[in-house]
Amino acid sequence: MSVDAATVRRIAHLARIAVSEAEVPHLQGELNAMLAFVEQLSEVNVDGIEPMTSVTPMDMKKRQDVVNDGEIADDVVKNSPDTVNRFFLVPKVVE
Amino acid sequence: MTDLISMTIAEARDGLANKSFTSLELTDAHLAAIEAARALNAFVLETPDQARAMARAIDARIAKGEGGPLAGIPLGIKDLFATKDVRTTACSKILGNFVPPYESTVTSQLWRDGAVMLGKLNNDEFAMGSSNETSCFGPVVNPWRREGSNTTLVPGGSSGGSASAVAAMLCMGATATDTGGSIRQPAAFTATVGVKPTYGRCSRWGIVAFASSLDQAGPIARTTRDAAILMRSMAGYDPKDTTSVDRAVPDYEAAIGKSVKGMKIGIPREYRLDGMPAEVEKLWTEGAAWLKAAGAELVEISLPHTKYALPAYYIVAPAEASSNLARYDGVRYGLREQGKNIIEMYENTRAEGFGAEVKRRVMIGTYVLSAGYYDAYYLRAQKVRTLIKKDFEDCFAKGVNAILTPATPSAAFGVGEKGGADPVEMYLNDIFTVTVNMAGLPGIAVPAGKDSQGLPLGLQLIGRAFDEETLFSLGEVLEQAAGRFTPERWW
Repeated sequence: MSVDAATVRRIAHLARIAVSEAEVPHLQGELNAMLAFVEQLSEVNVDGIEPMTSVTPMDMKKRQDVVNDGEIADDVVKNSPDTVNRFFLVPKVVE
Repeated sequence: MTDLISMTIAEARDGLANKSFTSLELTDAHLAAIEAARALNAFVLETPDQARAMARAIDARIAKGEGGPLAGIPLGIKDLFATKDVRTTACSKILGNFVPPYESTVTSQLWRDGAVMLGKLNNDEFAMGSSNETSCFGPVVNPWRREGSNTTLVPGGSSGGSASAVAAMLCMGATATDTGGSIRQPAAFTATVGVKPTYGRCSRWGIVAFASSLDQAGPIARTTRDAAILMRSMAGYDPKDTTSVDRAVPDYEAAIGKSVKGMKIGIPREYRLDGMPAEVEKLWTEGAAWLKAAGAELVEISLPHTKYALPAYYIVAPAEASSNLARYDGVRYGLREQGKNIIEMYENTRAEGFGAEVKRRVMIGTYVLSAGYYDAYYLRAQKVRTLIKKDFEDCFAKGVNAILTPATPSAAFGVGEKGGADPVEMYLNDIFTVTVNMAGLPGIAVPAGKDSQGLPLGLQLIGRAFDEETLFSLGEVLEQAAGRFTPERWW
């Protein structure tokens, strides 16, 4: 399988990465090189094989349902590029 | 000063204990070495004030006889580990001036045990790379050079800063992370020892995530014993990481020097590649002979799905990365580029903040997870992963204790030499190491010899899950036979 220019633009949008028209052919070539490389997986017989979900077999531990963290709003917003009164600021989303 | 920096951790531990020198003296010697080695670009942030403060505090503790297993030992920390109040960037522009208000579990355990932080080490952006050339701080330089040549070589990656700094004696050991070979490949390129522990052995909490089902933290050090000392402090259960395993941490150092007599060592025939350099093949045979001479039994084994590990990895790892890196949106931390609306703001931020390799992987990951392609790519890759793991399980079920392979298909290469036209050329560096991550097993890379140009080559040992101790015992046998390798100081 390989991707065309329109697919490259669609993937870039899904991944929320701005891509200029000039970058598309280059990216298309690189993505197709990767897809050609992984193509060899189609020759493996995977009939009846379970997909791996956990590499180390283990029962997931559940923690106690208690509050064990919090009251750190200043820490949470400290690294944000734009805040006001402990709120994150973003461009207007709702008209 | 040179004496203070060329010691092993084990030797420094003795020197500190018998008061031959203080941690402050040891730390100062390393800070001076770092300053004199800026040409290597191994450190992206030096923290001398903090280092001296930590050293003074630990000297006071040592005086009271309350040192801890790593008391006073100066270490470097890969910039993927969150360090409280110390800038942590994953060497990506998108994290900008991120200053974590928390400490990763692994580093907090090092400080608990008395270690001293010298600074943050360079790595490939988000640990995506095999040469440390994708870092937003620029490439790291390998302290090793080809005989009679001034060509700048890469230290490997993604833990290139860790490997370079340890090899050049800028720190006594370093933290590193390994998703497809990022500890073992740079260790092999710099004649250092690198350990990728069993998945779940070390907590991933506070480490910038790349591919969560593959990422593991581990040490890079100058000897197998030093790596074992660091491992004991780094490993352990952490309730904050649900994939970390609740199992006692053994005294790994006790495995150093243990007899390997009667151990069955698998030699996998699928690792004998067409076009593999003769010297890599020769080293492999030599390594097997050393283990045999120590009493181990060699058996040829088959891992039939080996060739599919790298292609399956290049579906699974980018898929997980595309999901993990969705958090970099210009809102909560890091870089923000403005846009006409919120979507454009996201798109511009990520276009500006991510480097080329990261964009490529996020896009491939997005594609293989997108509607209509999930089954063909991602689901199939996860099934292949099951088969790769089963290959190893079948061998271990037949009594194989560990597997010996080359660590890398070649020695270190030049900056800008690989992957320019085709990204896959760079990916092939991890061909011997990536199977281990796919199967969640432990692996160790040990320096074993040099190629015809005088560059170090390493061997890899792969163990059963949670049997790092066997790897330390076998690694020590290789180290004793091969000797240690130190780069000539030119920087």
